Amino acid sequence: MFRRPKKRMPGLNTTSTADISFMLLIFFLVTSSMDNDKGLPRQLPPPQDETHEQELMVKERNVLELRLDAADQLTIGGEPSSVDELTQRVMEFVANAKNDPSLPEKSTRDVNFFGRIQVSDRHVISIQVDRHTTYNAYFNMQNAIVAAYGRLRNQLALQHFGHSYAECSPDERDAVNIVYPQRISEAAPEIIDN
Amino acid sequence: MQRMFHRNNHEVPALNTSSLPDLIFTVLFFFMIVTHMRDVELKVRYEVPQGTELQKLTHKSAVIYIYVGRGSTASHHTDGEDMQIQLNDRIATIDDIKSYIEKERASMSPEDQARMTVSIKADRDTPMGQIADIKRMLQQSFALKIHYSASEK
Repeated sequence: MFRRPKKRMPGLNTTSTADISFMLLIFFLVTSSMDNDKGLPRQLPPPQDETHEQELMVKERNVLELRLDAADQLTIGGEPSSVDELTQRVMEFVANAKNDPSLPEKSTRDVNFFGRIQVSDRHVISIQVDRHTTYNAYFNMQNAIVAAYGRLRNQLALQHFGHSYAECSPDERDAVNIVYPQRISEAAPEIIDN
Repeated sequence: MQRMFHRNNHEVPALNTSSLPDLIFTVLFFFMIVTHMRDVELKVRYEVPQGTELQKLTHKSAVIYIYVGRGSTASHHTDGEDMQIQLNDRIATIDDIKSYIEKERASMSPEDQARMTVSIKADRDTPMGQIADIKRMLQQSFALKIHYSASEK
């Protein structure tokens, strides 16, 4: 009377689940792309300022002139150079640690976290590119300049806050950016006579 | 003698495949996370430059892409010359950029409009004259935040 007949549930047949998920997997492999969206962010000046900026008089000591000619040869202030040296040159130029009279002027300002500090806000990095320069050379130059600013800001952050620029809070970053602002002027590409 | 032919007990048990779906699902989820949907069909071939100071592009919905590269037809084999520009799904000319930006901007939400970024995916052999023309067009249509697409060195 109390003995129930043993009923056994048959196991669910899951052999096809693997096939189904394989199909999903292949669908995603086909429709998606792996390309990552990394790159160098830049800010363009507003259009009407283009002519204005060129008329602005800048003292010679405040300008670092970079030129890329049609053969992708980089010249820094008139002398032929390479991208590898560029980062170092830009760092020396922007920081002007010894207040060299041939390097850019600095002004003293009150900055959050730092108090009164000398700020390198007069320098201009002027970029001139030939129409036939390749994008690759231009990009490497931009990358080197950004690397120089990045290292200077990182140094300052380590010195003052004890942690790297990447770990700074937004306010701290703003303060560091005031000390080392990016001042890059790009003239429209022109044919540079060889 | 009888033992010798008694082989039924030596049957190999079936392979247990019950964890196979889980395994494949794991792979599937991995791909779903690391990839994203291809939204346009590329008509140009390009190889982006390599850099070290790269930053990831944020706010995908506020990004407009401009592709510059060699046309997929093999007839173009003049190094660096006449790269083609692709906007959305079609090959375009430099003068189309303005109207394209305007159209894309109009279809964005107001907060996306404020942080609109133009990502330039250009081949490394593109002449700078062409890039400069594109940049001038972007300036004129007030798309001032740009992003030079590149891969990690």
